[in-house]
Amino acid sequence: MPKASSKKSEKPVEELSYEEALAELEGLVASLEDEQNPLEDSMRHFERGQALVAHCSALLDSAQLKVQKLSGESLIPFEEESE
Amino acid sequence: MQPTLFSSIHLTVSQLTFRIRKQLENDPILLDVWVEGEISNLSRPASGHVYFTLKDKNASLRCMMWKPDAARLRVNLQDGMAIEAHGRITVYEPQGMYQLAVNLIQPKGEGALYQEFLRLKAMLETEGLFAPERKRPIPQLSHKIGIVTSATGAALRDMLNTLRRRLPLTQVILAPSPVQGMEAPLALVKALQSLNSQSLIPNQLIPDVILLTRGGGSIEDLWAFNDERVVRAVAESKAPVICGVGHETDFTLCDFAADLRAPTPTAAAELATPITILDLSSDLLSARTRLTSLTLNLLGEQKAVISSFISRLKYISPERRIQSAYQHLDELSRRAFSALTHGIQIQISNVNGISKHLLSLNPEGILSRGYAIITRKDDHKVVSKVSQARGEMKVRVSDGEFEVRK
Repeated sequence: MPKASSKKSEKPVEELSYEEALAELEGLVASLEDEQNPLEDSMRHFERGQALVAHCSALLDSAQLKVQKLSGESLIPFEEESE
Repeated sequence: MQPTLFSSIHLTVSQLTFRIRKQLENDPILLDVWVEGEISNLSRPASGHVYFTLKDKNASLRCMMWKPDAARLRVNLQDGMAIEAHGRITVYEPQGMYQLAVNLIQPKGEGALYQEFLRLKAMLETEGLFAPERKRPIPQLSHKIGIVTSATGAALRDMLNTLRRRLPLTQVILAPSPVQGMEAPLALVKALQSLNSQSLIPNQLIPDVILLTRGGGSIEDLWAFNDERVVRAVAESKAPVICGVGHETDFTLCDFAADLRAPTPTAAAELATPITILDLSSDLLSARTRLTSLTLNLLGEQKAVISSFISRLKYISPERRIQSAYQHLDELSRRAFSALTHGIQIQISNVNGISKHLLSLNPEGILSRGYAIITRKDDHKVVSKVSQARGEMKVRVSDGEFEVRK
């Protein structure tokens, strides 16, 4: 059963948001703690986990606050006044 | 009229001034009084004391405020400002001048505003709008943060800088609104409602938390945040609201209705981001460490399992079985051989016995001793009784045969 569920959620790592990647990483670590998994799955989890860690680090390093303004019924980028 | 030299009391200036001071200081009203007027001649020398004159249409009153009281001023005094000053009348003897020693100042009309504030607070409190059980927890990690404030104030800049520093991953949705003046309350209500309305922003979720803020100002400036409509909009917000209006000492009704009160806009941005990017980085680091060590452990365990299998395999190796099979085979072949030789000997002795027996049973032996065998010629039956004898018969003796007839 864990096999099926992990297969299903495997989007390419680069497409994941930080929250998604972090949540999946936590799931992977938890499943590695579960010694009932086949070794092959564990190795796959480890490799995927490495990729997720790298992705999360990259997102953290490049994060820039995104500010949008509600204008009428739509969202437009908000230009901050520079001082 | 010439004053007489002895009819009046003669006093020195000091004595007279002292007497006037005594008179004034014996009037309890003058020792604890609110005086209303407009500020003029405001002066703040380096000593830290504050001097001004309080005027109305017909009179003026010199006022002074000692440094410790002046330091606690909440309002920014300006010439022309209408205020209510509280203090006591004193006499400054060196200049023969009476003055109001002020210890508290509030903008004119604040008293009435404060009464209204208390009335509204009591009413909404009775309705349960401020009840502790209504307060929702602020998310630890907000993906989207809504901000309701003036688009041009320092408050917004401070909050964005704080959010940028603490959690640049987050998305900020600004619902700009005037924060003071007649139009402020309705605009604030609309901004709060917009952020809470999914239909306004297609495919967007409402913010995880909303910051409702305004920088410091006079009580009139902050008054929109005591407006009943705004307070109710805060209470009705689907997203939890952090209210950071004015300074540490300012309390508005929105503060009471919000899920969390922040002393300042900057503090509101901090309270909205309990988990910062630093926490995330260290979480990530520890996840990576766990990932690696768990996998290494797992591999180590597998290796141990494998080596235990190797020794078990050696133990049950077919080599041993083959050896033991060989042994078994040898044993069997030895047993087979001995069984066979034994059997053959038995057979040989059997054959010997039988052959002797056979020899003894050979009818020829008996014939040589004088016996004869008689058989009927027609049916070849042996005749062993007289009754069986009939017709032609053959008589066999040791060296041949002859016929007889009955």
